[in-house]
Amino acid sequence: MATYVEAVRGSHSMDKSITLPPDEIFRNLENAKRFAIDIGGSLTKLAYYSTVQHKVAKVRSFDHAAKVSFQQESDGEPLYEISVQEEITARLHFIKFENTYIETCLDFIKDHLVNTETKVIKATGGGAYKFKDLIEKKLKLKVDKEDEMSCLIKGCNFVLKNIPHEVFVYAKHGDSEFRFQNTHPDIFPYLLVNIGSGVSIVKVEAEDRFERIGGSSIGGGTFWGLGALLTKTKRFDELLQLASRGQHTSVDMLVKDIYGGAYGCLGLTGDLIASSFGKSATAEKEFSKEDMAKSLLHMISNDIGQLACLYARLHNLSRVYFGGFFIRGHPVTMHTITYSINYFTKGEVQALFLRHEGYLGAIGAFLKGAEEDNPNQYCWGENYAGSSGLLSVSPELNPMQRERSGTFDMLEMDRLERQLVNLPLLQDSSSYIPDTVDLTEDTLAREYWLCCFEEALDGVVKRAIASQKDQPEAAERAEKFRQKYRDKLQTLRHQPFAYGSLTVRSLLDTREHCLNEFNFPDPYSKIKQKENDLALKSYQRVLKTLEELSWEQRQIALVRGLLAGNVFDWGAKAVSDVLESDPEFGFEKAKQQLQERPWLVDTYNQWIERLKGPPHKCALFFVDNSGMDIILGVFPFVRELLSRGTEVVLASNSGPALNDVTNGELQILTERIAAMDPAIQASLSEDRLTLVQSGSSSPCLDLSRLDKVLATVVRERGTDLVVIEGMGRAIHTNYYAALSCESLKLAVIKNSWLADRLGGKIFSVVFKYEVPSIIQGHH
Amino acid sequence: MFLNTTGCLWILSFPWFGMDIGGTLVKLVYFEPKDITAEEEQEEVESLKSIRRYLTSNVAYGKTGVRDVHLELRELSMCGRTGTLHFIRFPTAAMHRFIQMGRDKNFSSLHTTLCATGGGAYKFESDFRTTADLELVKLDELDCLIHGLLYVDSVGFNGHPECYYFENPSDTQACVKQPCSLAHPFPMLLVNIGSGVSVLAVYSKDNYKRVTGTSLGGGTFLGLCCLLTGCETFEEALEMASKGDSTKVDKLVRDIYGGDYQRFGLQGSAVASSFGHMMSKERRDSISREDLARATLVTITNNIGSIARMCAVNEKIERVVFVGNFLRINTVSTKLLAYAMDFWSKGQLRALFLEHEGYFGAVGALLELLKASEDP
Repeated sequence: MATYVEAVRGSHSMDKSITLPPDEIFRNLENAKRFAIDIGGSLTKLAYYSTVQHKVAKVRSFDHAAKVSFQQESDGEPLYEISVQEEITARLHFIKFENTYIETCLDFIKDHLVNTETKVIKATGGGAYKFKDLIEKKLKLKVDKEDEMSCLIKGCNFVLKNIPHEVFVYAKHGDSEFRFQNTHPDIFPYLLVNIGSGVSIVKVEAEDRFERIGGSSIGGGTFWGLGALLTKTKRFDELLQLASRGQHTSVDMLVKDIYGGAYGCLGLTGDLIASSFGKSATAEKEFSKEDMAKSLLHMISNDIGQLACLYARLHNLSRVYFGGFFIRGHPVTMHTITYSINYFTKGEVQALFLRHEGYLGAIGAFLKGAEEDNPNQYCWGENYAGSSGLLSVSPELNPMQRERSGTFDMLEMDRLERQLVNLPLLQDSSSYIPDTVDLTEDTLAREYWLCCFEEALDGVVKRAIASQKDQPEAAERAEKFRQKYRDKLQTLRHQPFAYGSLTVRSLLDTREHCLNEFNFPDPYSKIKQKENDLALKSYQRVLKTLEELSWEQRQIALVRGLLAGNVFDWGAKAVSDVLESDPEFGFEKAKQQLQERPWLVDTYNQWIERLKGPPHKCALFFVDNSGMDIILGVFPFVRELLSRGTEVVLASNSGPALNDVTNGELQILTERIAAMDPAIQASLSEDRLTLVQSGSSSPCLDLSRLDKVLATVVRERGTDLVVIEGMGRAIHTNYYAALSCESLKLAVIKNSWLADRLGGKIFSVVFKYEVPSIIQGHH
Repeated sequence: MFLNTTGCLWILSFPWFGMDIGGTLVKLVYFEPKDITAEEEQEEVESLKSIRRYLTSNVAYGKTGVRDVHLELRELSMCGRTGTLHFIRFPTAAMHRFIQMGRDKNFSSLHTTLCATGGGAYKFESDFRTTADLELVKLDELDCLIHGLLYVDSVGFNGHPECYYFENPSDTQACVKQPCSLAHPFPMLLVNIGSGVSVLAVYSKDNYKRVTGTSLGGGTFLGLCCLLTGCETFEEALEMASKGDSTKVDKLVRDIYGGDYQRFGLQGSAVASSFGHMMSKERRDSISREDLARATLVTITNNIGSIARMCAVNEKIERVVFVGNFLRINTVSTKLLAYAMDFWSKGQLRALFLEHEGYFGAVGALLELLKASEDP
């Protein structure tokens, strides 16, 4: 029971004049298709679905008819055409704001709502009754009430499935307060303890199967109501603030107050509360508001924790999520609940919290209304550009942010075009963590990377403008992008936990999201085109050189070629500086830059020994950059694998990220290479060389979110070798990823700080060939 | 019965006390021998006589000490002697005055053993020693509780059963107190509600475990009542509670859903949020102190009921025995507990109560004293 309508009655009569910053808050309203609203006691959560029109970069091969021969094309004609097209994708918008703003917001929506197909708005939460008439009058939509608990569960299932790092444990005294958990492949069964005005304890066993197994009347309403009586403090947040400053020991009777110390034989420590408010009955003195609020908070949190544990034990459940307005990201309540759960289960059960806990009801109500669109069939991704992040509106934590966007908190989720699944070759999908360094925990690394991304921002802006020279307003948009991304970096400095664990990957992805937001879908498109063009010209020459070498010499040359190609990476600042100042920086020069063997990580000898053995059945190759890397590094290497009788699956990004080669580009490049190289041509036609998309648009790689088609191909072909190339995919992510088959991770460290950390110098080489212990045993 | 009249190997010198020093109250049981021979009377030292007279001729001691006359067990045989067991209580806050009295009455000259349990036995041990030259025998409070409870139940309450339950707990009109026997007490879930609450699963006299506890107990009720209403005593708080209406303070299911919440089988009259109405200023301004006292009592009682019920289910025990001084003169809570056990378990669980609510620890301490005399 999470409603408390009366409590807020008073505050609504106040007429605050509010000006909304609309382009930030109700985005894409003109394309909004379907609405849902969850009105709680103090906060309203509005959900809508919109189609977003945004620009995507497409590459297209020139007509085959026009294509004559490679030689002709190389005389200045680019090998493919880049076009920017409008694409429509689906997006879910969730906005959370104080109930005080509700009328203003409804007016705003009314004025901007173009689409009139919608007739109904799904509504949930206690306030849905109260505001029914207002909503119907303002929006001319029929309010369709949905059961609160069903919405909550539906929303909970949705975020657990779709948002990585949704779940966290709270550790007040830990290195980082928030410790995020990976998405679990199987989210059921779990216990949801919803602490509204009262407490509901719900056991969820499947998507549509849940049961309220218990509850308690001592909940958030008790804290608020009793707290208001005891301290004359009216607002919930103020009560929490009082509590966080108080000392409960002056009000509570502790075990040591009764025993003089601990009650040893029962294992009850002296500091344990024996009787909440026990001292206020005996002492004839005044108690401070802070102390009483703190004692009350402890009393309620402990009580809820105890009941949750009793129910968890009775139903044998170990995953217990806490939500409701009592929690709502308040560190002080998360701490007391965590403490209580830990105490009562002796550490066996952890209290789990959700980043988007406040949105569950709205998400659920929305999903109920959208059932005909089968939203559960799709995968969704959190859009970092359009989401506020955890605790962003907490006034204590971030007064600046509050000023910037009022008290509006947002979450946006993009519908992904593809279904994402685990790579079937992960040794243990439930313990797989893509990222090598968790910047939420590693303060030094966090400082470095935040600065690094800040410093690189000018270059990114410049390149974004250059990629759209023909568009005069590009500079203005690029400026907006700069502002947005800088704000994000600023937010992450204060709240590194805003979007789950902060990682190099999340910093890169956030940048991509921000670029897309301002219609810079592919700032590197022209650079990639130019580099691909240049590299293709050298392809045959490189092949010829390789063919002249002995087998042994060729193997090392292939690896060095792969590594040299990997030096060409605009994502790394050290390299982008050189590339920009010296476009003639060639393939050979890159090879000279490489560290001599022994490399920083060097298992090349094992690799060579392995190559002397039987060929692999099928290799899955996650490719990295365009240009030299893919054409002069990867293709010759792949060609050698093919010649050994190994099938090869080349996995490339579905969408653009930095200068990484996209699936669209790779198809054209492969076509061109096949035209020059009969071996590649033959492999393609025999279906021994296959191109698939990864499902990702990130310079990094999350092996737990890959295109379903890729997973199928990998399984069908009996893949027994995975090659991961580049800093983003093999160092920042997956460096420690354990696979169930042989794997080869290689990269050039193009960042002196990172090289230093790994104990090497800039342009150090990592060549990590690994055989899982199970396979090793067979040899 | 585990103590009989022939059990004593040597005559234990009087006075016989058992003491339970809790967080809020000190419970004292005193065995007054009624079979004192003239000879004995002659030999009885003055200090002993004065203690006996002081305790038995008064029903109140100082401002805060009380003898619960209605609870005394008459013609009780203990350790070969026959007499009356008196039940006395005073606030733990008055402990220092009590110790001083012990010194003034020269208690230490009596060469008796003072058996004490409860946390205060530890906390005040050194005060007893330094102020009154008394050495306490400290006893575990849960052992004492169980031993005392089983003993009192076995001797009965002056010819009546010690134990009772409520018939028709869900019907306020037809709900009546019914005496019963604890003939086969095990296993039982023992819920001791003092300042805080301990929940024990008891399988035999000496085989039990503390299942859990909660800090929301009698101390919380009184503490919150004092803060909310300005009352000063437990009696005052209960008196107010008996006149109040908690539904003006608590938010019920029907306040939210207009009626029952059928999706989850919750009755409209169930409390959805304790003190939930108090979030609103208008409501805060319109309630009485009595309503607040009642809501506090109902909140604490329901919560204890809920925890007890969950423990009973987890431990697979059907008999739930509630004891402790929170239940003294507190029929609102006993009936509520009886109702909660019955209703939420669909009749599977039965709540049992005992007349000597809070004194079992002290009785257990006294039994230890007598038992000590049994051993060679």
